[in-house]
Amino acid sequence: MNEILDVLKQPWPWYVAGPLIGLTVPALLILGNKSFGISSSLRHICASCFPANIKFFKYDWKKEAWNLFFVAGILFGGILTAAFLGSNEPIQINENLRTELASYGVTDISSLVPTQIFNFENLFTLRGFVMIVVGGLLVGFGTRYAGGCTSGHAIMGLSNLQMPSLIATCCFMVGGIIMANLVLPYILSL
Amino acid sequence: MNSTENKLTMSAEKQTAFVNLVENTDFEVRSLDAVCVNDSHLKHPWYFNLKYLLVGVLFGIIFVKAELISWYRIQEMFRFQSFHMYGVIGSAVMVGMISVWVIKRFNIKTIYGEVIEFHPKKFNKGNVYGGLLFGFGWALTGACPGPLFAQIGTGALVVVVTLLSAIVGTWVYGYFRERLPH
Repeated sequence: MNEILDVLKQPWPWYVAGPLIGLTVPALLILGNKSFGISSSLRHICASCFPANIKFFKYDWKKEAWNLFFVAGILFGGILTAAFLGSNEPIQINENLRTELASYGVTDISSLVPTQIFNFENLFTLRGFVMIVVGGLLVGFGTRYAGGCTSGHAIMGLSNLQMPSLIATCCFMVGGIIMANLVLPYILSL
Repeated sequence: MNSTENKLTMSAEKQTAFVNLVENTDFEVRSLDAVCVNDSHLKHPWYFNLKYLLVGVLFGIIFVKAELISWYRIQEMFRFQSFHMYGVIGSAVMVGMISVWVIKRFNIKTIYGEVIEFHPKKFNKGNVYGGLLFGFGWALTGACPGPLFAQIGTGALVVVVTLLSAIVGTWVYGYFRERLPH
């Protein structure tokens, strides 16, 4: 039993995690005809909490409540993993990335989210504000404008061979590549 | 008498037209939206949703253990410094594709016996503009919407601010939606 737990505590390789994530698609379909997608939960939160008479938020969000249960589950999954399946090993990252980040003062690689950038004090610095708040705004605005995120387009959409999803996924990647390579270095050195 | 009757029919017709109009706009909104389609026509009490909570929990555990919620993994992906994320997304899509094909080919039903429906997506310019904007945000925050929830779960509490910003971003999109190119 302990041996199994030890294996589970290690970071899981891509060939284990990827197929398991792929299986979420048929699991949700077979459990109740639900199309896999996460960013719509943000829309349901808007619709339920502050619809403000906006047409886009005027729909029966209670019918989509399953999606809110799903994301609540993801949150609990995070809590459970941190409590029982945490790994004691240091996080492995690419050497070039490590060197580059060190030049921006990001040296603490003890957690999956770099605490030297993402913390409450940094909210009041330009770098922290752009990465935490502006980044979040772009995620929320962009996913809804695109009609889905990595789950809805890249996984569910591509699984169903949808051309718009392929276009959206390519644009996610192009946007990310531009930001990470051309813009982020300037933001990190703020 | 006749005229009153007429009036009544008129108003009834108007009412139907109004209802249709409302329904149609809603449908249009939804058809633009890739993932916001609830396909089940069954009505269940709320606790039926607990099974999605369970799927979410398993999904959240995979997210964390495969380091998909890692800001570093996202940077490595966009800088072509690691194969990990490409392997995860690629194999997830392969398994998803095969699953969808099997469901269609063998006409597999839901556990309640409903026919599983698929909705084709229609291209609109938002797929490009929104996609690029989300890409910028993904590289900044190191998280797409799913990992945001998992990151908070692992104790990165400041990510609550990122999540709230994402909700505001979604709201702002809804507010300006009619004026944006689609």
